[in-house]
Amino acid sequence: MTRMIADDVAVAAPVAAAAVDQPPRPPRNRRSWRRSAAPWLLLSPVILLSAAFIAAPVLSVFWNAMFERKLTEPWNDAFIGLEHFRFMLFEDPKFWPSLGFTAQWVLVEVVLQLIFGLIIALVVNEAFRGRGFWRALVFSPWAISGVLTTAIWILVYNPGTGIFRLLAEWGIGDGTQAVLVDPDSVFWAVVVAELWRGVPFFAIMLLAELQSAPKELYEAAAVDGAGRIKRFLHVTLPHLKTAIILTTLLRGVWEFNNVDLLLTMTNGGPAGMTTTLPLYVAQLATQAHDFGYGSALTVFAFLILLIVSIVYLKLTAFSREED
Amino acid sequence: MAVTAPTLQRPRRQVAPAIRAKRALSFHGRISLPLALYTVFTIIPFYWVVLFAFREPSSNSWLPFPITFDNFVFVWNEVGYEFFFWNSVLVGVLTTVATLALALPSGYAMARYKFKGKRAFTLVLLCTQFIPGAMMLIPLFQIFNSLGLINNLLSLAIADTVFSLPLAIMFMTSFISKIPFELEEAAMIDGCSRFHAFRLAVLPVLGPAIIAVGSFSFIGAWNNFLFGLMFIQSQQRFTLPVGLSYTMGEFGVNFGVLAAGGIVAALPVIVIFAFIQKYLVQGLGAGAVKG
Repeated sequence: MTRMIADDVAVAAPVAAAAVDQPPRPPRNRRSWRRSAAPWLLLSPVILLSAAFIAAPVLSVFWNAMFERKLTEPWNDAFIGLEHFRFMLFEDPKFWPSLGFTAQWVLVEVVLQLIFGLIIALVVNEAFRGRGFWRALVFSPWAISGVLTTAIWILVYNPGTGIFRLLAEWGIGDGTQAVLVDPDSVFWAVVVAELWRGVPFFAIMLLAELQSAPKELYEAAAVDGAGRIKRFLHVTLPHLKTAIILTTLLRGVWEFNNVDLLLTMTNGGPAGMTTTLPLYVAQLATQAHDFGYGSALTVFAFLILLIVSIVYLKLTAFSREED
Repeated sequence: MAVTAPTLQRPRRQVAPAIRAKRALSFHGRISLPLALYTVFTIIPFYWVVLFAFREPSSNSWLPFPITFDNFVFVWNEVGYEFFFWNSVLVGVLTTVATLALALPSGYAMARYKFKGKRAFTLVLLCTQFIPGAMMLIPLFQIFNSLGLINNLLSLAIADTVFSLPLAIMFMTSFISKIPFELEEAAMIDGCSRFHAFRLAVLPVLGPAIIAVGSFSFIGAWNNFLFGLMFIQSQQRFTLPVGLSYTMGEFGVNFGVLAAGGIVAALPVIVIFAFIQKYLVQGLGAGAVKG
């Protein structure tokens, strides 16, 4: 699910624009109310399902956040108002560190995925023999789930027979690093694992955009004597601007919400070092069964996401460009 | 190829060797080198999985020889991957069928009708993408609990369908709106009902869209971990991601078992990916980003 979610917002914005361009198509006849009811009739199953399984749950989170709700203590369900939020902001020792790590995680992942994804997209956009095969190969981790990524990288990182052992046999290092438990290395260990399956998303999205780059502009730039670097800066980058803004926003939201990999690879450890806010929520939900406090954290996470997204779009002036 | 090859080669023969060498160097520096480095990075993890899955447990070789299938037999029969696999297939197929059945009429409505609230509907679809999955765990658990669907695979199919629908609808909409309306119009003038016209003029050319949306929702359901972790309690009903994380806990040091389980979980999505990856870039380039 998560992968697709990230992909699809790019689909959405232009759809809205296209819908407006499209003239009203249905043939005119007398039964006009049936015409106006028809689209809603077709959409009704989706609307009902979304109301029951998206809208109602979202609203109930705001409601639950003001109650004691613990599966382990069903008798304790008192209304406590904003008490969860007070505890969260002023007393919970895990809250602020998890917020800091969330920011660090999202920023590092998005920036590195963008850089590597852009390089890969530019490389496989060139003409060379066997291009289709290499594309399929470097894009392949795209479809791998977070849990599977963990399973795979646990094997790579394992101290006894993993990659560091192999490097040690070649005379690099001593081969005893336990990168996932060492506080000095755990951050980069999870970052690299997530990069492995995250870069293909950027590469695919940016390659799609590169293929629609206007050839005339490149030819004109080449005639004017612009070198490769100048052409990249003055033709390619401006052409990619919208795609880059959209993809980074999507990916930022997606990495913010990404729980599977961190939950299974480190479970937020060592000592809570790799706990993001959504991971903290997931731990409360699946391990501590504290629904009340988990809901309060969720409300906060949702608001943060909303505010940061709006600020990002304003800063990059994306909305103005659209109007 | 036969036509273009001579024209490509002719100018090259006239180029001085020094310039040719410089060009080759530039080509390798710009393309071969970064591609080779990144390919190594991509392949390393796959190598370790294959190594552990097919190597004798007692072996310390860096190559999986002599080859063994014992790990696969063990995970399939003893760890429960037989159940995990078929549970995942069931949830994936249910999700795919339900998503397509719901996204087709919705996409058609969005593409072919002009109505009040269409923009708002698109905006709401877009907003659902900002909801943290972890946020939905608690309320969805409560809902499925009151419906008696906890520890039932149906809860996973419902949740996966609901969350794959926004993408599916947006993709369907953009695809259908690119199909010319004239064909349908002609069919309707000939006396076809709207539904009949859709079946005759639109459905036959929707193949690629159905494959793309279907694969997306299948991969999404196949890969979903949190819903399974939260809503399923008995081991016989685990899906593959939950089973994998269970394997990591129970057989953490037995890397052969973990690797074999990983291959069971990876194979279907890798096959699907190999099949659709060509359309992925085309679809995004032509349809999604451009609109």
